[in-house]
Amino acid sequence: MIKIDGLYKLFDGKDVLRGVSLGVRKGEVIALIGGSGSGKSVFLKHVVGLMKPDRGRVIVDGMDMSTLRGRDLTGLRDRLGFLFQGGALFDSMTVFENVAFPLKEKTKLNDKLIRERVFNELEHVGLSGSEYKYPSQISGGMVKRAALARALVMDPEIMLFDEPTTGLDPVIGAAILNLIDSCHKRLSFTGIIVTHEIPKVFDIVDRVAMLHEGIIWADDTPEKLMSSSEPIVHAFVGESANSSIRHQSGNTVVRG
Amino acid sequence: MNYIRTLGAVSLVYLRRMGVMGLFLLKTFFYVFVPPLKFTRVLKQIRFIGLQSTSVILLTGGFAGMVLGFQGFYSLSRFGSDAFLGPMVGLSLIKELGPVLSALMVTGRAGSAITAEIGIMRISEQVDALELMGLNPYRYLIVPNLIAVVISMPLLTAIFDVIGILGGYLIGVKLLGVSAGTYFGEMASYVDMKDIMEGIYKSLSFGVIIIWVCCYKGFYTGIFTGFGAEGVSKATTQAVVMSSVLILVWDYVMTSLLF
Ligand SMILES: Nc1ncnc2c1ncn2[C@@H]1O[C@H](COP(=O)(O)OP(=O)(O)OP(=O)(O)O)[C@@H](O)[C@H]1O
Ligand SMILES: [Mg+2]
Repeated sequence: MIKIDGLYKLFDGKDVLRGVSLGVRKGEVIALIGGSGSGKSVFLKHVVGLMKPDRGRVIVDGMDMSTLRGRDLTGLRDRLGFLFQGGALFDSMTVFENVAFPLKEKTKLNDKLIRERVFNELEHVGLSGSEYKYPSQISGGMVKRAALARALVMDPEIMLFDEPTTGLDPVIGAAILNLIDSCHKRLSFTGIIVTHEIPKVFDIVDRVAMLHEGIIWADDTPEKLMSSSEPIVHAFVGESANSSIRHQSGNTVVRG
Repeated sequence: MNYIRTLGAVSLVYLRRMGVMGLFLLKTFFYVFVPPLKFTRVLKQIRFIGLQSTSVILLTGGFAGMVLGFQGFYSLSRFGSDAFLGPMVGLSLIKELGPVLSALMVTGRAGSAITAEIGIMRISEQVDALELMGLNPYRYLIVPNLIAVVISMPLLTAIFDVIGILGGYLIGVKLLGVSAGTYFGEMASYVDMKDIMEGIYKSLSFGVIIIWVCCYKGFYTGIFTGFGAEGVSKATTQAVVMSSVLILVWDYVMTSLLF
C-alpha cells in the first residue's frame, strides 16, 4: 500500500533523510520510532506529498506521489488521514466546526447526520462538552485529540499519526492508543504511527521501524526488536521499556 | 569573480520568486472560473474588505476633498479662474486621488490583515491541513478575497469620490464663496464618462494588486520570508510596502496608457 524507496532529503546542507526505504502492506499498522529531530515528521510529510523528495520515490497505492497532480492527487488525499504533530486545527473555527469541516466540504450528508457523527467522534476522544470552544481556549492535549477526531471522522483508508499521544497524561494517552486500535479493527486502515510511546504502542502495531541517522536502522516485529542486541536499538527500546516497567512497579508499591 | 557569482545567485532567486508570484496570480484567476465557488466566504470577505472599510474611506475621502477645495481655490484664484474649482476637484478625485488613496487605505486596513491571517495559517500548518483534506487552498483562502475586492474596490472608490466632492463643496462653496451652481454645473460639463471609467478601471486593477501581493506574501510566509511570528510580521510589512509601491507604479502606467 505504501512503498518508500531510497528517500533522500537535504535541508540547508543537512541531509535529514539519507535513503529511507520502507514498505507498509495493506491493513498493516507500523510504529515509526526514532530520536527527536531524526526526521520522522519530515518522513511522514513526504508520504503524503507535502514535501518533495530530492531523490527516491514514494509510492502510495501504486501511485507515485511526486508526479501525482490535480484530480488524482485529490482523490488519493480523500482516502488519507493525517494527524499533524501540532494539531493544525483551523483556529478561527470551534472544535465542532473543525471536525465537521471535512464532512461538510467533502460529503453530501445533511446537517443532522454531520452533527451526530461529529458528536460521536468527539465523545470517542473524550472531548464532550468542549465542542463549542476555540482551539486557543483548550489545552494542548485537547487540541491533539480534536485533531485526531478530525483525521478519523472521514473513515480514511490510510492513516498517518504524528505523535498522537505526546503531551497527554498516561491515562488519556492509553485511551487514545486504544481508540486508534479499535478504529483500526473497524476500518482496517493502513497506518503509520510516529511515537515515543515505547513499549505501550507495541501492543497495537504489527511492526516497528526505527529511523536513525537518516535511514531505517531497524525494521522488525515488536518482540524481535525488544530482544535485539543491536546497541542503538537496545538503548532506545530497551531503556524506555525498562523505565516503563520501573514506573509500573512503582505504582504497585504505592497501591500495596 | 565571487562578487559576480553572488550577484548571479541573488538575481536568480529573485527571478524565481517573480515567476512564483506570477504563477500565483494565474492560479488564482484559474480557480475563480472553476467551480465550486465558496460563496459564504466571498460574502464574509466583502464584509471585511468592503463594508468594514467604509468608515475609513469616508473619513479620508472627506478630508482629501476638503484639502483639494482649499488648494484648488488657492491656485485657481491666482489665475482668476476659481469658477473651475468644481471640475478641478472632481477630475482629480475621480481620475487619480479616489482610486489611489482608497486603494492605499484598503491595503493598510484589509491587505495587511489578510497577509497576517494567511501567514499564520501557513506557519501553523493549517494550509497544509486544508490541502491534505483534498481541498484547494486557493479556492478557500485566495479566490474569495479576489472576488470580494473586485466587487468592493470600485464601490469604495465611488464613495471616496462622492464624499471628496462634497468635502470640496463644503470648503469651496460654504467657506470660500464659490457659488453652488458654478461648482456642480462646471463639474458636470467637464467630467466625462471616460474619466469615470478610467477611475473604475484603476480601482479594479489596484484591488487585484492588493489581493495578489497580500495573499502571495501570506501564502509563502516561512518559505520565502523568515519563520514563526517574525516571519508573519515581515511578510505583513513587505506586503503593505510592495502593494503600495506597485499601486503607484501601476497608476503611472495606466495614466500614461489612458492619457
Ligand atoms: N522545513 C524545514 N526546513 C529546514 N529544516 C527542516 C524543516 N523541517 C524539518 N527540518 C529539519 O529536519 C530535521 C528533522 O525534523 P523532524 O521534525 O522530522 O524531526 P522529528 O523526528 O519529527 O522530531 P520530533 O520527535 O521532535 O518531532 C530537524 O533537524 C529539522 O531541523
Ligand atoms: Mg516530529
